[in-house]
Order: sequence, then C-alpha cells, then structure tokens
Amino acid sequence: MLQNIWLIPLLPFVSSVLLILTAGRLPRRLIAIMGAGSVGLSALIVLAVGMQFMELQTPYSLTLWVWMQVGNFAPGFSFYIDQLTVVMLSVITGVGFLIHLYSTEFMQDDSDYSRYFAYMNMFVAAMLILVMADNLLLLYLGWEGVGVCSYLLVGFWYKDPVNGAASRKAFVVTRVGDTAMALGLFLLFTELGTLQIQPMLEAANSRWVTGDTIPAIAALLLLGGAVGKSAQLPLHTWLPDAMAGPTPVSALIHAATMVTAGVYLIARTHGLFLLAPDVLMLVALVGLFTLLLAAFTALNQTDIKRILAYSTISQIGYMFLALGVGAWSAGIFHLMTHAFFKALLFLGAGAVVHCLHHEQNIFKMGGLRSKLPIVFWSFLIGSAALAALPFTSGFFSKDQILLSAFELHGTTGISLWIGPWLWAGGLVGAILTAIYSFRLVFIVFYGEAKTEPDRQPGWRMAAPLSLLCILSLIGGYFVLPLASVFPTVAQHQVSHLVEGISISIPLIGVLIAWLVYYKHSLPVEGFTESSLGKALRNFWYSGWAMDKLYDTIIVKPYTGTANAMRGEWLDRIYHGIVSLCQGSHALLSRTQGGKMRWYATSMVFGLIILVTLLGWVS
Amino acid sequence: MEGLIIPLNHVLIVAALLFATGLAGLMFRRNVIFILMSLEVMLNSAGLAFVAAGAAWAQADGQVIFMLILAVAAAEVSVGLGLVLQVQKRFKTLDMDHAQKLNG
Repeated sequence: MLQNIWLIPLLPFVSSVLLILTAGRLPRRLIAIMGAGSVGLSALIVLAVGMQFMELQTPYSLTLWVWMQVGNFAPGFSFYIDQLTVVMLSVITGVGFLIHLYSTEFMQDDSDYSRYFAYMNMFVAAMLILVMADNLLLLYLGWEGVGVCSYLLVGFWYKDPVNGAASRKAFVVTRVGDTAMALGLFLLFTELGTLQIQPMLEAANSRWVTGDTIPAIAALLLLGGAVGKSAQLPLHTWLPDAMAGPTPVSALIHAATMVTAGVYLIARTHGLFLLAPDVLMLVALVGLFTLLLAAFTALNQTDIKRILAYSTISQIGYMFLALGVGAWSAGIFHLMTHAFFKALLFLGAGAVVHCLHHEQNIFKMGGLRSKLPIVFWSFLIGSAALAALPFTSGFFSKDQILLSAFELHGTTGISLWIGPWLWAGGLVGAILTAIYSFRLVFIVFYGEAKTEPDRQPGWRMAAPLSLLCILSLIGGYFVLPLASVFPTVAQHQVSHLVEGISISIPLIGVLIAWLVYYKHSLPVEGFTESSLGKALRNFWYSGWAMDKLYDTIIVKPYTGTANAMRGEWLDRIYHGIVSLCQGSHALLSRTQGGKMRWYATSMVFGLIILVTLLGWVS
Repeated sequence: MEGLIIPLNHVLIVAALLFATGLAGLMFRRNVIFILMSLEVMLNSAGLAFVAAGAAWAQADGQVIFMLILAVAAAEVSVGLGLVLQVQKRFKTLDMDHAQKLNG
C-alpha cells in the first residue's frame, strides 16, 4: 500500500481537472459523486496507509521523478511519510471528506456547483502535496497551491465586489509571508546546498550550533511564511475577511487545514527552530499575543462567522504557543482536535445560515434550540470542545499546551522565567474562549426566536455534523504516535493547584457567559454603555483597529505614491510611443481611400523608387 | 535564324513606348474597360520585348515566355471582364472613381 501513496493527492487532482474541463456540463449527481467521492477514496487510502504504517514505524519516502535539475540542485517530486504526515493526511482527507459531503447539500442551489467542487478538490490535492512533500520546494508548490485555491474560493461569489476585495486581501497579505518564506528557502539552499527536509535538518545540525545567527535568520524567515498562512500577528487581518466565501470553505480551508499549514511547517522544520531558541521564543510570544488579541475581538463580533474566524486565529495562537515552548506534539494534537471541533462549529454555523435565509447576525437569531435540534447539539458540543470543558477533545490538547507552557525550562534570556506568564496568558485566553463561545450558544439558541428557519438540514448535512460531534468528543483520547518524530518532552509534574486552575478556568468562563447572556443577571450594561466601555467595544470590534492601522501606514501611502507617480516623465516616453503609432496609423489609413487609380499610381511610383534604389545600391 | 534584322534597341524603344502608353492609360483613364485595355497594352509591350530579345540571341525562350504572357492575359481578361460586369451591376457606372466603397 505504501508504494501507492501517490494516489492520495492524484485522485482529487484528477477529479478537479475533469470538473474544470467539463465546465459544469456534467449532471449534478455526478459532480457531487466525483467531488466528494475522490476525497473519500483518498481518505480510504490514507486509512490503509496509516494501518500499514503503524506496523512499520519507519519513515517511508517515494520519489516519482526528478522535478528539475540545475547543477547540484535537483528537487524531486518525492513524498516523505512519517507519523506527522500520517496525522496530517488523516485530518485533511477525513475532515475534508466530511466537509465535501456536507457541501453537496449546502451548495445545492448554487449555479456554479461544478466550479465549487473543482476548486475544493484542487485545494485538497495541493494541501496533500504540502504535507507529503519531502523537500521544501515541493512543499512550497503545495503552499502556493492552497493559497491560490483559497483566493478562488473566498472570491467564489465574485459578482459581489466585496467578496473580490476580500479574496484579494487574503491573497496579498499571505503573499507577504510567502515572500519571506521564499527568501528563507533561498538562504537555506545557499547555506546547506539542499532543500530535502531531513538531510537539510541533519546538515543544519552538524554545521551550526545553537544560537548561531544564520539559522536564526532562516527560522525567522520561515516563521514569516507560517505567520502569513496561519493568520497570526501581524499578518492575521485577512482571515476574518476571508469569511466572504461559502461556509464549508471556511470550515475546510480557514479552520481545519490551510491555516494550520504554518503550524505544520514549523513542526516539520523543528530541528532548525531548535537551533534558534530566540526565534522559538518569538513563536511562543506571537502565539500568546495573537490568541489574546483575537479572543478579545471575538468577544465583540456580531457576525456568527467572524466570531468563529477570530476564534480560529486565537486557537492557532495556542498551537504557536505550544510550538514555541517546544511542546511539538501538543501543538499537533491541538491542530487535530481543533480541526474536528472548529470544522463542526463552522458547519453548524453554515447550517444555521443555510436554514435562516443567509442571516449571519447573531442578534437576529435566537431560540433555535428546539427548531434546529441537530445544529444545536453540534454547536453545544463544538463550543464545549472549543472552550476546553473537561473530557472534550479540546480539553486534553489545550491542557497539554498550558502545562507545557508552565513548565518551560529555558536556558537563556527571558525563557528562564516567562513560562508561568505564558501559562497565565493562555488562561486568560481560555476564559475568554469559554465566554465568547457560550455567548454564541446562548444568543443563537436560547432566548426568543427572531427569525424562523425555513428548512431543516438533510442527511448529507446532518451526517457530517454528527460524525464531527463524535470526533470532537472522543478526539482527546486519540494517542498520536509522534514520539519518534519530535524530541521527547518530560512528563508533566505540576502541582495539583496548577492543574486544578487549568481545569476550572473554562468552567468559570461558561458561568460568566451564562450569567451575562442567559440570565442577564450580571449588570454589565453599566460598563458597556459608558463612554469607556463603548470605546473599548468599538476598538475590539474592529479587531484592535489593525485594519485601520495597516490602511494608514501601508495602503494609503502606497496608493498615494502610485497616484503621484502617475504623471512622471518615464511614462511620457511610453505615451509618446503610443501616440506615434496612433498618428502613423491614421496617416496610413488615409491612403486606403478605395480609389483604384490612386492605388495603381502609388504602385507605379513605389516600383520606380524601388528600382532606382536597387540600381543605386548595386 | 540569323538573329534580328532591325536593331534590338529600336524594338525595345517601341516596347517601352507601348508600355508607357499602357501605364498612362492605367493611371489616367477612369473607365474600367479602358483600364483593362491599357493593361493588355502593357502585357503586349512586355511580350514584344521578350520576342525581340529571343530573336536577337536566337533562343526559343523569348517566344515561350510570350505564350505564357498570352495565357496570363487571357486569364486576366476573363476575370477582369467578370469584375466589370459586377461593377456595372452594383454601381450602374463604369467610372472607377465612383466605385470606392473599399476605403480604410
């Protein structure tokens, strides 16, 4: 089975190409079967590969062909499978298949059914190449591939200019990070002479010692790419706007898979990051600040999808925090559980939006608990896992991250004492997470009904929801076989007090949300309606005014400069060429007067001139 | 076959005069029939030059080319007359200065 792993990305790719070439002429049933079926088949192959791999336990690599050969630079089209890859593959194809199945019903009334599945399948293929790649160049191919598909899918309903702007923003902002990553690849290649990940990490280990400058720069550049793709500070602004796409797209790309590519990249090249402890510390700090910033913002949003978007940013912040404190497997564990419960929440939100005539404002919903029971239970379970209530999947992964942060034993600089502070910051984030996720539940599903649902989700929506519910509940009991991939981490030995605090914090958050948004018994209006409260709310509602900040310091000066340069002299040369061409065209077209005698006469004189010239020359 | 009796130059001068006449007719005549006739005159002047040259060098090539010119002239006239009919039909005139719809 292992030699057939090339089928895993090939199946969705072929399906995508077929769907593109037929351009929507196929019957809808067939499109749905191809779109969801190809990903389902890939999932089955991944299952078989995973089973076989559990017995082998040694990394397996497969070279299909040499991609290009320039001197000693010969990146192969080759795949590398180890435990980390298997985990990623399972998440992508498994969750991906459920989302595809869900989409077959969600997109039912859309006229561009075929285009949707073509893009979605292309995305899955690119994402699979990203995680299976054995060299960084192939990884970069997948990396850009998912970027393009994200662009296409965010702007899927391109007739509304707002969606087009959102997709452009997503593309351009991530491009900033991608440029940094490309520079990182160049640096690594010039320094180490290879981009194949495993030999490269070995070479890095033997060439540099911990704390050298060049690995720090390389790690910093890779971090730039990861930050862009995973929507972390300071490149996170694209993700909330990316919610303009169809909701299953947000579930697949902007919650479960693509945005976690940055986490995967750092985990995959962790050997390099270990050589640069300062950069690793930066990863943790980026994660911490992002998770806090996004959690405060999520608390103030009114659009159901934007709440989830900020919560995704916040949860990926936890993953970065885990990576930064060296808890690699905890980070990947959270990646997996997050894929389960966030996909569940997004699909649930999609179902709400689908059944409520595309209403996205949570304050226009309410009382849906009895009207959409399946969706209610999905949301409840998803929110419980997101808030990390005990015994849900999110609890296990987040607990590991927080404990690892608490136990951080660095050797230099701030990492000596910052561990407990990271833990405390993570706890603040956790309580905010609990508050905003249950705020969502109480506002949308309790209280008085404001909008009536006009339909119920069918089985193709309900089945993925229920399966993801189960995964969100039991996902925490999965034991990821990552011990051989990452350096081992010592067992947690923290006092019961720390553990107790970690467990009880989410419960307190839920209690607060219950008091404020269900019982309305906490007098928060006094604060939120004061001028300070209003200012804070607006500030947080706008996402700490980051968009405005970037607009002022980057976009406006850029467009201003571009406008100022519009009339400069270099342009005049080209305008001159244009007018010259237009002028001679006008002149020459005059000679085409339709007068036959004029034509004959000009031919005669032309010939005379030509003959004279020839005589002259010879 | 002792070559040409009259000097070759004289024949060539006549041919050149004929050619000039035809060319002038082509450029200054407005009636399409006359334009075609001028074309014929030009073709024949070229033919005369060929025949004379062939005789002067005692080669058959000149006459062969003249036969070719005759054939071309016949073909050209048949197409040309067809066009003349069309011009007459569409513009109700044979004056080419009035048939200038094909201007760019």
